[in-house]
Amino acid sequence: MSAQSSPHYDIQEAIEGIIGRYGAKPQALIMVLQDIQKHYHYLPMDALKLTAVKMNLPIAQIYGVATFYKAFSLEPKGKHHVCVCTGTACHVRQARVIVDNLELMLGIKARETTSDGEISYETVNCLGACALGPLITVDEVYYGNMDVTKLGKLVDELKHVNVSAKTGEEAE
Amino acid sequence: MSASRLLTSRDLEQHRETLIKNRKENRTIITICAGTGCLACGCEAVTNAFRDTLKELRVSSDVEIKTTGCHGFCERGPLVVIQPEDTFYQRVKSSDVKLIVEQTILGGQLVKKLLYKDPQSRKEIPKERDIPFYKKQMRLIFGKNGYMDPTSISDYLALGGYGGLAKALLSMTPDGIVAEVEKSGLRGRGGGGFLTGKKWRTCKRAKGEPKYVICNADEGDPGAFMDRSLLEGNPHSVIEGMIIGAYAIGSHEGFVYVRNEYPLAVKNLNIAIHAARELGFLGDNILGSGFNFDIEVSRGGGAFVCGESTALMASLEGKIGEPRAKYIHTVEAGLWDKPSNLNNVETWANIPTIIEKGADYFASIGTATSKGTKIFALTGKVNNTGLIEVPMGITLREILYDIGGGVPGNKKFKAVQTGGPSGGTLIVETSEARIHDSMVAHGNIEEDEEALSLLDLPVDFDELSKAGSMMGSGGMIVMDQDSCMVDVAKYFINFLQEESCGKCLPCREGLRTMSDILIKISDGKGDMKDLDLLEELSQVMLDTCLCQLGGSAPNPVLSTLLYFKQEYLAHIRDKRCPAGVCKELVSHAIDETCTGCHLCLKPCPTDAITGKLRELHVIDQAKCIQCGACYQICKFNSIVRVKRGEGERIQQRAKETWAPPIKKSAAKAAGVAASAA
Repeated sequence: MSAQSSPHYDIQEAIEGIIGRYGAKPQALIMVLQDIQKHYHYLPMDALKLTAVKMNLPIAQIYGVATFYKAFSLEPKGKHHVCVCTGTACHVRQARVIVDNLELMLGIKARETTSDGEISYETVNCLGACALGPLITVDEVYYGNMDVTKLGKLVDELKHVNVSAKTGEEAE
Repeated sequence: MSASRLLTSRDLEQHRETLIKNRKENRTIITICAGTGCLACGCEAVTNAFRDTLKELRVSSDVEIKTTGCHGFCERGPLVVIQPEDTFYQRVKSSDVKLIVEQTILGGQLVKKLLYKDPQSRKEIPKERDIPFYKKQMRLIFGKNGYMDPTSISDYLALGGYGGLAKALLSMTPDGIVAEVEKSGLRGRGGGGFLTGKKWRTCKRAKGEPKYVICNADEGDPGAFMDRSLLEGNPHSVIEGMIIGAYAIGSHEGFVYVRNEYPLAVKNLNIAIHAARELGFLGDNILGSGFNFDIEVSRGGGAFVCGESTALMASLEGKIGEPRAKYIHTVEAGLWDKPSNLNNVETWANIPTIIEKGADYFASIGTATSKGTKIFALTGKVNNTGLIEVPMGITLREILYDIGGGVPGNKKFKAVQTGGPSGGTLIVETSEARIHDSMVAHGNIEEDEEALSLLDLPVDFDELSKAGSMMGSGGMIVMDQDSCMVDVAKYFINFLQEESCGKCLPCREGLRTMSDILIKISDGKGDMKDLDLLEELSQVMLDTCLCQLGGSAPNPVLSTLLYFKQEYLAHIRDKRCPAGVCKELVSHAIDETCTGCHLCLKPCPTDAITGKLRELHVIDQAKCIQCGACYQICKFNSIVRVKRGEGERIQQRAKETWAPPIKKSAAKAAGVAASAA
């Protein structure tokens, strides 16, 4: 559900619920924003303004934090999310080949979303499973030892069916 | 099971005894590695298959299934180890499970096809401890991972867990603990290598209340994942270490700052904290000692700079993670300006062992200035990738060949990179004379000093620094002939530029300028003056950056200049990338060894490769975008990366000399005929 279409009280309820988990302590701000992002897949401006009121923090501080940390996005993301790891171990195992080809397959650059709103993709600095490089995640499922052929299959599947229910076993 | 609080150390020992007694002796346990690596390889499906098969064959009551933390040998996952026999099965698929249950669990036989095969002798090795990858390791901190379910505090207790805490709280004074940690010689495992005991002593002495202890689990170094595996696989060891530290320093509140990108670590840590609270290891009056302490988990926002202590503390306060100058140390004024003692995950995990086994035991391991063991993430172009724990002072040769099993695919070993983005790249295979001259020229050693072959470098804090790199958090990335060192430097500088918080000018602008220069060189547009400028910029950054992110940022450039200057010169003078990585300087071509197998046709994104099956393939040089997909996939090393513009000549030569591949059977026949003659 996108935030634009949701009635105002939905946001109210969601934000209050999230802040309730941690209490309105200033040190909980980052976790509150993480949970908001998880809920909406991005940080809607309305939600940030509401958080400022509820946590009694200046909106400038919230905007500062939301734009400082890379994990946060002020733009809506696609339904499916692909992360390509470009950490050192993956870089050495030619993650760039994966990046170049994925960009060609999807027709977008990193941190963009396909025009149909289905798939967004970004590169990240390390997913922390370095022994399996090159590595990508699709909707938080890990796929290790990637090559262009496997990538092509994954992207095809992603374009046609929902892959989130699959495990990595068949990526072998 | 009762979860009442343990009020005294006697309660703890009784509880432990009951736990051990209730476990049937010599019962069969199927342990399945459920670390991140094995999860990515599908170990969940394997676990489910075991559950179903045991139920189906009605053996479930005698056999226990245990999903454990990371065993370290990620390359071979999913891993299944059957205890007490220590039978080690690798790359297990759910379709193999029935065979394992029938043959091994019920029949007592080994399933040969799933055993690890020694690559040299081709012999199968049935036991985990006999596998070369594990044999040279010393798994002091990491070893319990394979025997326990990280979500079970009972498993940790049965293995002797919280014994160090009981000893510390009930038979040692806070000063005695600090002295013991000082005596052990433990140095911070997060990168800096600062003496842990000394840090504790300063924080203990600092004025101000309350005091905080913090666990830095913001593991941001690309290529390092040991903290993740410790938190996922053995969170109680970290918690136990923190409680001991808090007691010694006089703190009642602790924080773990953990990456949000590690959901399993967050989950297991929270489960562990909850269980520890239930049994009374956290909370008020811990084990009847009168000491109160609790831990809160804080999920990080995902910024590399937050691994720096002052930035981390700012982030813990819910602010932007910008570091500050450290003329006032965080042990005196850290989190909310109160004395704060921050240690890394692995450092905390060492504490229970030091207290339990004693400082003398711990100090007997390692070298003169670096004690104990270190966990490294061995990754990149090496056969056995994964997590290894080795005594300090082990040589690179032992790590790379004995444990790592060398470089795959008959390629040449080139370098090893340690210390993350702030570390250095060490040359390994080159003439000793050149290393010597280069090190003298850069002032790393004196003229009459001998330059060690870096393969025989004992790996510890000081030796790595002397060689122009650093220990860092323990990433160890192996590179072969396909890695270009200009590209590696460019990669790290670009990484750091993206992660620079932008607060101080030398880091913000210095990295940007360095990145521009390195891009210029790798595009073949560099000139000799650029090298001087790189060195000059490096010096300014070393001298003036606010925090260690910027202050150590020039290391990747300086170390590659130290050991690989020739490669920079090739890019600048000859407009050539010797490793064939820098796109602007490279052409991909197919040589005469092509078998015409068609494998490279499909992945080519621009359809630049043409050729009939079993005939020579050709890359259309005008269409090729140098993405390297074909190079990655070719099994015969027939795709070559040559100097830009030379592709046509290579393919012309291939056209003239190419002959269709001899079929296997024909080749055999020819061989037989030849040997008969």
